[in-house]
Amino acid sequence: MAVTAQQQDSSLSPVFDADFRRFGMYATVTLFATMILVAFLMPFAYMFLTSFKTKDQIVDSATGSVLPVTNVTIDYEGEELPLLIVPLEDGTVQELALLDSGRRDSTFIDPENLEAAPIEWEGRWRTLSPVTRPEWHPENYAEAWEIADFPRLLFNTVMIAFFGLVGTLISCVMVAYAFARFPIPAKGFIFMVLIATIIMPRQVMLVPLFAFFSTIGWTGTWLPLIVPHFFANAYNVFLLRQYFLQLPRDLDEAAMMDGANPLQVLLFVIVPQSWPVIISVALFHIVFAWNDYFEPLIYTLGNPDIQPIAVGIQQFNFRYAQQPQLIQATALLAMLIPVIMFFLAQRFFMRGVVITGVEK
Amino acid sequence: MKQVLESVTGGQRSTLPVSGSSGQLRQRRLWGWFFLSPWIIGFLAFTIMPMAASLVFSFMEFNLANPDETRFIGLDNYQNLLDDPLVGVSLMVTLRFAVIALPIGLILPVLLAALLNSEFLVGKRFFRTLFYMPYIVPIVSAVYIWQGMLGTETGWINRILDWVFQVDGPRWLDDSTWIYPALVIMGLWGIGNAYLITLASMQGVPTQLYEAAKVDGASGIRRFFSITIPMISPVIFYNLILSVIGLLRYFEVPFILKQGTGQPGQATMFYNIHFYKETFVFLNMGYGSTLAWLLFAITMVLTVLIFASARYWVYYAGEDR
Repeated sequence: MAVTAQQQDSSLSPVFDADFRRFGMYATVTLFATMILVAFLMPFAYMFLTSFKTKDQIVDSATGSVLPVTNVTIDYEGEELPLLIVPLEDGTVQELALLDSGRRDSTFIDPENLEAAPIEWEGRWRTLSPVTRPEWHPENYAEAWEIADFPRLLFNTVMIAFFGLVGTLISCVMVAYAFARFPIPAKGFIFMVLIATIIMPRQVMLVPLFAFFSTIGWTGTWLPLIVPHFFANAYNVFLLRQYFLQLPRDLDEAAMMDGANPLQVLLFVIVPQSWPVIISVALFHIVFAWNDYFEPLIYTLGNPDIQPIAVGIQQFNFRYAQQPQLIQATALLAMLIPVIMFFLAQRFFMRGVVITGVEK
Repeated sequence: MKQVLESVTGGQRSTLPVSGSSGQLRQRRLWGWFFLSPWIIGFLAFTIMPMAASLVFSFMEFNLANPDETRFIGLDNYQNLLDDPLVGVSLMVTLRFAVIALPIGLILPVLLAALLNSEFLVGKRFFRTLFYMPYIVPIVSAVYIWQGMLGTETGWINRILDWVFQVDGPRWLDDSTWIYPALVIMGLWGIGNAYLITLASMQGVPTQLYEAAKVDGASGIRRFFSITIPMISPVIFYNLILSVIGLLRYFEVPFILKQGTGQPGQATMFYNIHFYKETFVFLNMGYGSTLAWLLFAITMVLTVLIFASARYWVYYAGEDR
């Protein structure tokens, strides 16, 4: 098949033919990727449009438009008549108002010309599409913002994320520095243990920790969500260590010749060279804190006032399950900050992922 | 000479003190332990001690709502694992989901990475960024968005099925069979990490290999299966480990979707939802620990099996891994 196709094209110059086929490949692959991407991101459009609808508009969207629209009606002798799109016998399609509906035939009037005689139409009027106009309801956002108490949820999330971030940066930078620069006995083994903690199921530690935190009165506070971050974690240590290992040692040594102690080397030589990876770690932590669900759930269950956004929204939506437009509005509000951060700093995110994934 | 230098500057391998700088070396070691201390303290306080404690708990009757009744009960909790019908149910639910989710979770990132690595794709950065982006969306938001998308009447998936194929879509979230594909679809938004590291690994495959194969007349598909796949097998292995661990931790999506009820039927009664209820709702620390240790044992067995299988199918270029 391919051979004959090529022979038929032989009237074209071979150079043009090759170019043309290359162009065809570019177009095909790019178009294919675009289609998959559209399908992949379509739920965002669903969320956006649904969040601007009323409940009735959502119900109507089962058969009608996916946009937030409302059916147009006209006022006729004190009655609200729906405007429908009617195909007429003469082949034209007109927007007519339904005056009198019947099972097999109905009577319409022309809204442009109310004085004219009503039009008899045969067929089932329920099969006709209504005339619609856009009607957006941004007030859903005000309602969701207020009922779910977003200012409080945002404040709680930011505080938990911030203190955890301070802890994770201090501890992970220290530990990564130890692994990258110091002659610790059995360092390779210790590093293996650190990496192995990634695989360990958290549940085994969670039960006694919960019992312990609840005994010392930390449940219902932010402390169980913040304090453990001051003790380093495998992912961030790995990321930072890889970066520190690449830094030249000459600067460290020069600083030590000048009498700097290792802490000063870390603060004034290593850290200033490592901003890209430190920013990556910070971004990962903020996204983690925004997303974290299980531990905030168990530790803040008794105290809704301190809940972060993920838990708070779930509780809110549990109560307002019958208001899909509010649920979609909260979904959008909850993802806004991480997604904006991602678009502003996507290089840092994606480079960090690649380092942890490929080099391990 | 090099060894001495390394020991002074804190080289990769710790070396014995060779010259008179042993005092200096001791000092470097002390500094090393100092910088390592946050993790060591954390590892003892938040990993080792809790593990030991939960092992002890698993032999105890210990309920936080009723701490006065705490006592040792031997193996009763382990006996209870066998008598508790939800243990079997929830393990089966997790397994059933894994049978669909695991192959898809391994194959799709490779296909997506191959597409985004294509020399014919225009606007690579644009596509790479946008395919990664849903990974950043908080799980809570993602679950609610997909809950709407998969709605029976007004969800867009069923509307598209109706519009394109004229079929009535299933009741995705209320049918005990369709719920699993629905959960897999929701999980696709988390493909970002897996595809990105697969892509980075594909870009690291030396181009000479492809050129040599081309000269030998290997087709594109042949090159993909005979060069790309073996060369990226370490990343597939890494994705497999992370997927299995993710499945054994699976909780958030079904919990948020169904408030932990396990509906429809008991189709979303995943192991961790059962564990969550026993431990943190009924505050049953003793039996909760036993459930956690069963999960720990399963995780360890699977991890060891996967690592043992690695030498048969994972290709590490060069010398030691």
